[in-house]
Amino acid sequence: MNNLKLSALMLAMALPATQVMASDMPVDDSGRKDALHLWGVQFEELEYRYSDDDEELGVWNADAFYGTDELKFRWLGKGEYAIEEQAYETLENQLVLQTPISAFFDAKAGVRFDTPEGPDRTYGVLGVTGLAPQWFEVDANLYVSDEGDTSAALDAEYELLLTNHLILSAALDATVAFSEDEEIGVGKGLVSTETGLRLSYDLIDRALSPYVGVVHERKYGDTADFARAEGGSTEDWFAVIGARVAF
Amino acid sequence: MTKSLVAGALGLLMPALALAGEYNISVDRVMIDTGDFVKEGIGYNGSSPGPVLRFKEGEDVTINVTNNLDEATSIHWHGLILPFDQDGVPGISFAGIPAGETFTYTFPVVQSGTYWFHSHSGFQEPNGAYGSIVIEPKGREPFRYDREYVVQLTDKHPHDAARVMRNLKMMPDYYNRKQQTVGDFFSDVSEHGFMNALSDRMAWGDMRMMKADVEDVQGFTGLINGKGPDQNWTGLFEPGERIRLRFINSSAMAYFDVRIPGLDMTVVQADGNNVQPVTVDEFRIGVAETYDVIVRPKTEEAFTIFAESMGRSGYARATLAPREGMEGPIPSLRDAPLLTMADMGGMHGMDHGSMDMGEDDMAGMDHSSMADDGMKSMGDNQMDHSSMAGMDHGSMMMSGNGAEDPFYAKGSGLVPTAANGGKFLSYADLKAQKPLYEDREPTREIELRLTGNMERYSWSINGVKYEDAEAIKLQYGERVRFKFVNETMMTHPMHLHGMWSILDTGAGKWNPVKHTISVQPGTTVFMETEVDAPGQWAFHCHLSYHAASGMFRKVVVEGGPDQGSNAGVKQEQVGGDV
Repeated sequence: MNNLKLSALMLAMALPATQVMASDMPVDDSGRKDALHLWGVQFEELEYRYSDDDEELGVWNADAFYGTDELKFRWLGKGEYAIEEQAYETLENQLVLQTPISAFFDAKAGVRFDTPEGPDRTYGVLGVTGLAPQWFEVDANLYVSDEGDTSAALDAEYELLLTNHLILSAALDATVAFSEDEEIGVGKGLVSTETGLRLSYDLIDRALSPYVGVVHERKYGDTADFARAEGGSTEDWFAVIGARVAF
Repeated sequence: MTKSLVAGALGLLMPALALAGEYNISVDRVMIDTGDFVKEGIGYNGSSPGPVLRFKEGEDVTINVTNNLDEATSIHWHGLILPFDQDGVPGISFAGIPAGETFTYTFPVVQSGTYWFHSHSGFQEPNGAYGSIVIEPKGREPFRYDREYVVQLTDKHPHDAARVMRNLKMMPDYYNRKQQTVGDFFSDVSEHGFMNALSDRMAWGDMRMMKADVEDVQGFTGLINGKGPDQNWTGLFEPGERIRLRFINSSAMAYFDVRIPGLDMTVVQADGNNVQPVTVDEFRIGVAETYDVIVRPKTEEAFTIFAESMGRSGYARATLAPREGMEGPIPSLRDAPLLTMADMGGMHGMDHGSMDMGEDDMAGMDHSSMADDGMKSMGDNQMDHSSMAGMDHGSMMMSGNGAEDPFYAKGSGLVPTAANGGKFLSYADLKAQKPLYEDREPTREIELRLTGNMERYSWSINGVKYEDAEAIKLQYGERVRFKFVNETMMTHPMHLHGMWSILDTGAGKWNPVKHTISVQPGTTVFMETEVDAPGQWAFHCHLSYHAASGMFRKVVVEGGPDQGSNAGVKQEQVGGDV
């Protein structure tokens, strides 16, 4: 475009032929002129959990992305597999598009598919994710289900460097429902919290970091009542062992 | 390397004929052995680093570059003044060299000194595609030496460069293992008190900046002429000889602090141009810079060339010795520097109330005004300490080491000091031996803010990445004053292709003439360029991963004579108007 404009200008000015013509110049169609396209796959959690009432779970919290600084396509997956029951207590998959909205935060929009044991749900997702002051990694999402129920979830994580390889990370996930969805055991109000403390060691770069930790899960209010009625627990402590994986 | 002087025979018959040399370079997949690890990389004529190309000033060189890779390549002749279509930047100078093809560069050599060459395609350069250039001057040199060695540094990383880039984009601190820990916090508490240590951490946390963010890519092995510390490249000498060492920093990312314990180094050249000799104990070499020093070992012993990276995460080591196999002691690495709030001087969002650092004082390293008051004797520390008062907020820990250099922010944590307490080279010490250009008023000023976001690992100029940027348009014949304002907390070695960068040290006509200019965090640095080379050129930060993530520009020089025929004589067109 600019080259065209320039050449037109030059012609109009009838410059001598010895001038370097902009139109003779190479146009940068090298990869350098394109936005960097990058990808990544990460398991923030990939772990075995053993509860205080002998429940065993296989748990993961993963994400994968492809895209540029300006727009990323991201898959987020979460699963809790009850080993004895051979059933998914939780199975979530989100597909979102992500774009920066400020220096440290991105907005996300997409869909979430929940297909655990029991009734399925599909949600529309709107969220922000990024780095808050004092190095808190924050992920906040608003969900609207295909049943018309709305809920919100906030995840926050903080890493404490005991050394440059030994890292203690604290994570808090909290879910709030703005309406009741009894079929999937969700009551209005604060639904549940999951608090985790994990001590990891970076074994191979930041690609493989085994960890041990404890996780506390709790249900609240009507959600807790629904769980009790089903004969489930409302509060669990887990010992966890696993690894953070990135590649 | 196969070098053939095709004009040799003709030259004998017709001595008046210009020198002409023909050189052949192949671009190959090679194995690189650092002593710490072996990896596949890219090299020239079967090895990395590639050959030392020895040219003569006034020679017309023909260089046949054969690409044996399965991808396109290019060679950029770093620091050489030549027609833009020979400059070797794909998409700006030419189309690149496709896989399996040979491209012939031809250009007149119009300068002398120490330079280097490297691929400008993708990440081939950090993967090993670099070599050195030594150009013998037409006339006599203003200093004497008995022998010379190229000392080419690099920061060889076990990871492929594309993977390094991806890891940095995914986790900007992926390679940073110098971060502040809980233990460091307790050390700070015992040294400065709990509240001071806490408020310091909070101040940095509020900005989401790390004071340990000095070296983005750690985990490398420092190489000298392709040899790791254990492989110990050795240059031989006879006691009493003057040795010219041609230091070239071909690193992807690492700055090196270089010293030779037991020997003074007399700096005689910077970026290929002679400077008035200055004797130092140590110097910092930015990425892509060159410094030629002369040393004179008088005793029958081995001397270690020790190059610590600026962030102290690695080092390169070599030896000067009277006999092969001799070794000098290897010093241990000094403590890693930490950034201070002074290094954040240029950042946005510094107005966090309690941390008001007096931004104007901090950011404005206005060298033009410094020239008026005592720049000549900067070494005597004639800095205005009264303006430092604004930084002392009691609650803040100012951990600068007290050393000063006008090219670092006042109170910067990065100011280098010599290991032996002696003289450390500053840009302010560099004075041109023989100015290339008449000193004249610049015709205009162009401000280039060096910008970025560490947490996104995105780097830019004036907040715009190369992919979204318009070219910088210059007019042939003008003298442009570039104002670099570093608004990031990283050091950026800025390299303009095709035209000299006259660094404003306040020395007027004696300002040194360079091709790469380091701009420290929180500082403003000026350079002037005589726009005497038509065509289009690259202009970028020479840190590989900063350039690749956006800190890059195309410069278009409009007007001027047809570049094809007479680019070689442009240095005689000093200040010439069109």
